Amino acid sequence: MRSLLYVLTFLTVIAAAFWAYHENYKTQAALAKAQSVRSDISDARARLAVLKAEWAYLNRPDRLRDLVEVNYERLGLMPFEPDQFGRVDQIAYPEEPEDDLPITYPVEISSAGAQEP
Amino acid sequence: MIRTPLRPLARILDARRKGENPDAIERENLRIRQEQMRDTARSRAEGRLLVMAIMFFCAFTVVGLRMGNLAASEPAEPRAQVSGASIIASRADIVDRKGRILATNMETVSLYAHPQQMIDPLRSATELVKIFPELDEDRLRKDFTGKRKFVWLRKKLSPEQKQLVHDIGEPGLLFGPREMRLYPNGALASHVLGGASFGREGVHSAEVIGTAGIEKFFDAELRDPAREGAPLELSLDLTVQAVAERVLLGGMKLLNAKGAASVLMDVQTGEVISIASLPDFDPNDRPRPLTEGEAADSPLFNRAVQGVYELGSTFKVFAAAQALELGLVNPDTVIDTSGPMKVAGFRIGEFDNKNYGPLSVSDIIVKSSNRGTGRLALSIGPERQQEFLKRLGFFEPIPLEIVEAEGGKPLLPKKWTELSSVTISYGHGLSSSPLHLAAGYAAFANGGHKVEPTLLKQSGPQLGPRLMSERTAAQSLDMLRKVVTDGTASFGEVAGYSVGGKTGTADKPKPRGGGYYDDKVINTFASVFPTNDPKYVLIVTLDEPVETSGSEPRRTAGWTAVPVAAEMIRRIAPLLGLRPEVETRHLDGMINTSN
Repeated sequence: MRSLLYVLTFLTVIAAAFWAYHENYKTQAALAKAQSVRSDISDARARLAVLKAEWAYLNRPDRLRDLVEVNYERLGLMPFEPDQFGRVDQIAYPEEPEDDLPITYPVEISSAGAQEP
Repeated sequence: MIRTPLRPLARILDARRKGENPDAIERENLRIRQEQMRDTARSRAEGRLLVMAIMFFCAFTVVGLRMGNLAASEPAEPRAQVSGASIIASRADIVDRKGRILATNMETVSLYAHPQQMIDPLRSATELVKIFPELDEDRLRKDFTGKRKFVWLRKKLSPEQKQLVHDIGEPGLLFGPREMRLYPNGALASHVLGGASFGREGVHSAEVIGTAGIEKFFDAELRDPAREGAPLELSLDLTVQAVAERVLLGGMKLLNAKGAASVLMDVQTGEVISIASLPDFDPNDRPRPLTEGEAADSPLFNRAVQGVYELGSTFKVFAAAQALELGLVNPDTVIDTSGPMKVAGFRIGEFDNKNYGPLSVSDIIVKSSNRGTGRLALSIGPERQQEFLKRLGFFEPIPLEIVEAEGGKPLLPKKWTELSSVTISYGHGLSSSPLHLAAGYAAFANGGHKVEPTLLKQSGPQLGPRLMSERTAAQSLDMLRKVVTDGTASFGEVAGYSVGGKTGTADKPKPRGGGYYDDKVINTFASVFPTNDPKYVLIVTLDEPVETSGSEPRRTAGWTAVPVAAEMIRRIAPLLGLRPEVETRHLDGMINTSN
């Protein structure tokens, strides 16, 4: 009986040591991963700062004003004026779509012979 | 264990036979047994003590070793700790009230040279001057071939310039990382932002310090790593600021003014939504302060905050409001404004030598009568006038969060006589900044409370102590409205927004003393809009404007500052989300007829 207890205790110690050894390596790996994630975060932060600065630089009012002037024919943008305020009741409701839209140009559609992109 | 009996029969019988006391044998045996028990107990206790001593020894050895280890080893960040936000060492950004960036940091490089590592110093010098024309070639040659071991060449390089320097292929030219302050919007709000430069510089990093404006005022806070990079939120609105500067620049050019300033302030919170001063500068490349001439001619000079001017008739409404508050008059009280009026031997005249005759208090403001306000000031008296203007904040610099604000100290008369009292009532003899005027007018617009102008975003109304009753504030506001509808500021009418305000035209004093210029004026329009539910005050000041569309040049504020302010309100009010009060369709009538 007593020797069985000794054997069992010994086996438990071995098992615990084995488990601790593995946990140690897992922890080391997790720490290394956390370290690399952290450096990724700081890189991303630096990149984000540059992108934000660039966004702010590209959206500076002077530049937007010049772009609006250059593209006036295409975009027709004007400064925001008081008379551009509208009221909800000035907006017409959309027309009810007809129940069955008439098909005027029927086209045959088939997937036969089509290839996956 | 074999127990020895206390009374062994053999010995008892033997003792009886010899006639001895058998009890002595028992006692003897008892003694021996007790001695044996004592010996075993002692040895057991000694064993236990030994074990305890070994355990304590081991424990203290471990503690000692650990202490020695901690003391002798390099400290390290605990790697396994769950860290949320890491410490961010760079200077915090500055953003506007909607989070748009006004100032941020950018990684860049600096350029330095190690002449002893150079292979072809003379060629490097020539090539460097090709890239950076501002460098002096002879000086570089001398530095590169002399005894120097280290030469700074440039503090900041663009990526293109860095590539060009790389292309020289000189191993003695080296780059150091730098963090530089970037103002992506250029000259926008330049007087608020100020600028930044490098403090202590090393090869691997340099300290960025604020040199002016809010950058210097909040220098320590912006550099504090405990902020964890949280940006500084200003009350400015980038879009509104851009529009205000644009309109102001247009007005300044059109009216041939040499400078202009505008302040737009929320009357409830004191938030400065836009503050502009022209001419301005690019904080990315801050010009050097002027070493000669007038400081006010430098673009660095902030006219809205540092520029103390006599702001002319815009002050009249303060005299009228105080007279109303003290119960001396009501808006319909008629006061004789006909001349001649002499105070302390000094003749008080009207603009263009007009004579308005008897006017109600309201009309005195509408027609801008100097003699009318002068009489009001005389009835108020110098002491009460001083006390009122002091409470409005006209005696101290406005505590705005930029370092230049300290310089905007109002100029007060040395002795506040009756004459000063009269001239100050119509805005001469007391110089203050447009920002002071904005703070003063805000009191009319928010129902009579003092507000401190601030550049930081506020969460709600920041009304200070009461300066005048709500009734007085409302009556003053009515007068300001009448100035626009029937008075000197008729160009200030903006469709949809009921604007109220007061014009001011003040002759510029000669810098060396000795009176005023005839043809140099400061035009100011102080306005409140919309007057039915006042939200903002707008001050527009033009320095030496002249309107030349008529047969003779016009220099009154009604022709210069007012149209500029009106255009500004027309452009800005929609951006601030104010709906114009215009009935486009009479819906109510339609509903009523459908009964």
